[in-house]
Amino acid sequence: MAKKDSELKKMKPAPFDLCVAQSVKEVVSLLKQNKGDAKILAGGQSLMAMLNMRLVKPNLVIDISRIKDLDYIKITKEFVEIGATFTQSKLENWPKLQEIFPIIASVLPHVGHFQTRNRGTVCGSVCHSDPSSELPLLLALLNGEVVLSSTSGTRIISAKDFQTGMLSTACETHEFVTAIRFPIMAKKYGHAFIEIARRHGDYAIVALAAIATKDSIKLGVGGVADIPSILELKPGDLSNLSDALNTFAWSLDANDDIHASAKYRREIVRRLGESTLRKACNEII
Amino acid sequence: MKLFKQSAKHSIKFFLNGNQVEGFAEPNLLLSDFLRKEIGATGTHVGCEHGICGACTVKLDGEAIRACLCLAIQVEGRDVVTIEGLADTEGSLGIIQKAFHENFALQCGFCTPGFLTTLDHYLKINPTPTEKELREVYSGNMCRCTGYDEIIRASLEAANELLKIKTLNLK
Ligand code: FES
Ligand code: FES
Repeated sequence: MAKKDSELKKMKPAPFDLCVAQSVKEVVSLLKQNKGDAKILAGGQSLMAMLNMRLVKPNLVIDISRIKDLDYIKITKEFVEIGATFTQSKLENWPKLQEIFPIIASVLPHVGHFQTRNRGTVCGSVCHSDPSSELPLLLALLNGEVVLSSTSGTRIISAKDFQTGMLSTACETHEFVTAIRFPIMAKKYGHAFIEIARRHGDYAIVALAAIATKDSIKLGVGGVADIPSILELKPGDLSNLSDALNTFAWSLDANDDIHASAKYRREIVRRLGESTLRKACNEII
Repeated sequence: MKLFKQSAKHSIKFFLNGNQVEGFAEPNLLLSDFLRKEIGATGTHVGCEHGICGACTVKLDGEAIRACLCLAIQVEGRDVVTIEGLADTEGSLGIIQKAFHENFALQCGFCTPGFLTTLDHYLKINPTPTEKELREVYSGNMCRCTGYDEIIRASLEAANELLKIKTLNLK
């Protein structure tokens, strides 16, 4: 018995069955059979930490990292689609990234660290839906979409509908995210990204991202509310930015936590919100 | 599809520092614990065990990753390189190790395996890093002793040495 106890103690995560899947079809049928008691493991840079801390204790973990069909990036006229096992570092090194999505190129170095980006997936970060993560913020800011698969086929929903709260999404227990899509912007746009974190690569205390075209300006804020929040402006609003930002900051329902007070977070939104927006706007003038 | 039942041990065959090895692991055994407790390769250290400190960094198929955020079963058939694999073939210090030694880039040595495996991968992507780039890469590794300056100095020196050898070999 003593032996058994010590055997168990060397495991960080609680016990689970592990299924190494080879195809999407296998995954969706497993999800259907297991009715909510299964977790999808892709790069594991969020899930493994949750398992280690026993914040989640699924009965089944489905490893999708060996499904070759999900390791892709493709570009169409309307969007860039990224498959579920495509890593953050692959996206960082994608030769077209700088040209098509300079804003994503500038944000990726802030997503975790070199070692976590080598394994962490783009879709996984979106699925984890941490309020402070940069990739969900970008997906919301750029009007992205999420592709969900189940035994009954696929459905596509907007980032806005996908992220429902802190660490929660609209993904049902019988389906999983097989891809995400970033729409290609028709017009030339300016962009800016500023983040406050304790250490480069850590979760943001506040993350601000802005895009600006000649006739519309958007500011996205992560780390303050439960999900990324977007402020839409017209170029005319720039003359009275501080009022708009103040109202926006109060609307965010900021929380105090160990890293920063709600008051501090609102102040960052007001001050750095302004510089982020101006920087994005300056790029197109 | 392969199913690994919980609370049972499963055979894992993989390459460790170039040699094929076999070990046995439950589904919930982490790669870091597998290497240390099952295989006996204790060069890989564990600090936080949830992805923050970088002490457990190993190379999986050539890429620096956190062993505490990877399951042992996931390395089946794959190529793992740990700090033990960075030594020269005769067992003396490898170039990166030597640079760390000579530049006083370690004190207690707890964080060191993580820094070295990270650098080993990074120098393959970027053989001529700047100090700024190195500091950014090392944001994922914590050292509580050195204050990082010596680590940067050692890393720059290692990069230089490796370049020298490369040009010599070309000639
Ligand atoms: S032990 Fe793996 S990152 Fe700290
Ligand atoms: S040498 Fe002691 S933690 Fe880095």
